[in-house]
Amino acid sequence: MAKQRLVLTFPHKVVEEPITYHLIKDYDLVVNILRAKISPQEEGRLMIEIEGEKNALNKGIGYLKRLGVRTQPLAQDIRWLETRCTHCTLCVPLCPTGAILVDRDKMEVSFDKDKCIACGACIPVCPYKAIEILF
Amino acid sequence: MAKTIAEINKKIKKGEAVVVTAEEIIDIVEEKGVKKASQEVDVVTTATFGPMCSSGAYFNIGHSKPRIKLEKVYLNEVPAYTGFAAVDILIGATSLPEDDPRNRVHPGDFAYGGGHLIEDLVAGKDIKLVATSYGTDCYPRKNLETWINIKDLNEAVLFNPRNAYQNYPVAVNLSDKVIYTYMGTLQPKLGNANYSSAGQLSPLFNDPYYKTIGIGTRIFLGGGIGYLVWQGTQHNPGVARTKGGIPRSSAGTIAVMGDLKKMSPEWLRGTSLRGYGASLTVGIGIPIPILNEETLQYTAVKDKEIYTQIVDYNKTYPEGGSESLGEVNYAQLKSGKITFQGKEVPTASLSSYAKARKIAAILKDWIKKGEFLLTEAVKLLPSADSGVTFKPLKERPIR
Repeated sequence: MAKQRLVLTFPHKVVEEPITYHLIKDYDLVVNILRAKISPQEEGRLMIEIEGEKNALNKGIGYLKRLGVRTQPLAQDIRWLETRCTHCTLCVPLCPTGAILVDRDKMEVSFDKDKCIACGACIPVCPYKAIEILF
Repeated sequence: MAKTIAEINKKIKKGEAVVVTAEEIIDIVEEKGVKKASQEVDVVTTATFGPMCSSGAYFNIGHSKPRIKLEKVYLNEVPAYTGFAAVDILIGATSLPEDDPRNRVHPGDFAYGGGHLIEDLVAGKDIKLVATSYGTDCYPRKNLETWINIKDLNEAVLFNPRNAYQNYPVAVNLSDKVIYTYMGTLQPKLGNANYSSAGQLSPLFNDPYYKTIGIGTRIFLGGGIGYLVWQGTQHNPGVARTKGGIPRSSAGTIAVMGDLKKMSPEWLRGTSLRGYGASLTVGIGIPIPILNEETLQYTAVKDKEIYTQIVDYNKTYPEGGSESLGEVNYAQLKSGKITFQGKEVPTASLSSYAKARKIAAILKDWIKKGEFLLTEAVKLLPSADSGVTFKPLKERPIR
């Protein structure tokens, strides 16, 4: 089994395409929608986690590409600006997935991109604007 | 055998002083005992790095031709105070641009204020100054718009009336709605507990009765060198203390100043507290000279021996109270969760222990290299028996 977290960008013409239905029915993938939005220009963005047989996963992503949906790994859209972070820990209890970790001996914060679901809960509480999400 | 500061400075100059941080001294004392450690160690460095709202800077921009007596001044839109002569400007960390929406859409972001301006100034960025005045015979000009830069200022001084609080409450929210405070965003029904102290590394916990710290003490301030200039506003040394002398709630504070031009944006950081306002996060490090067994004993204080009070920031604090819901120590707070009223509550800190540790190490390094000498305080801070207290306002309505 393989798992990927992706940000999908839909051009206008495929906004109404039921792609999650096809990913599930045609490629037997487990699809978890983390976040979705349609911008004023009617470009759709979808943050998803897809899981399945490696082969099926690749075919499913191939299907998205054929439709004209741009895909990129979720991790590219989240930035922890380490030089801005003061390691205060204010954001830590608000992270629902444990992506923001604290080494309790050193009291230093680290960020695990793979666990982040880009919910954005940490962003407004950070006094130093040390986390950015481009979504 | 007691040592004097002059003797310690002699050793520092020769590069022979034994300097350790307030963290390192804990193990040394456990291993060697107070007596032996006090003979061997000369200086213990302490530090803190956290939002300190009672901070600011003043500077002199030089006279324009023709001259202006500054009256209304905005620096990157942030209003500054000009009630000193003609071209001296004072800017406070919490000052906000007039068009900042504040909490009109609650909670506000407070993306840029006085603290951010101070960070930008220290970083060497050009700052936009817009000024107006009424004009006089000797200062005829009425408008001034110019870029200014810290390198061109005549004096630029960080001046913080209240920093480095000796202890601070833990903020919680007992209500059923989210609240946005200077202690961070507090989730309803004890959803989280926020604290703000470097605990065992924090300066005033390591000299709880201010036996070495006072007016004239040379310190690490904002990455440069500063001086302690007075007790801080709201200095309140008479609060209840533990057997070891550690205040159980907010107590001593210090006023500090230093040359802003020698400081660094790494240690003076603009701070946005959602729903509350802007602030400045300040790095401070204070060396404690080990004069005798007593001064050393105090520096060996550990997180688990330092207690503070849990306060409800939904009702108690806003209404002017400070009643405690309970007591916890900093070892518990730093573990990431406390158990309170039968509930496991996650904890978070506003002040950065990691950065405080780094400051204590930098100051240790400066002293070991002989670059930083200790000073004898001209006058020690008012201590627990001084009668100095922090009084609430006694309102006398004007009819």
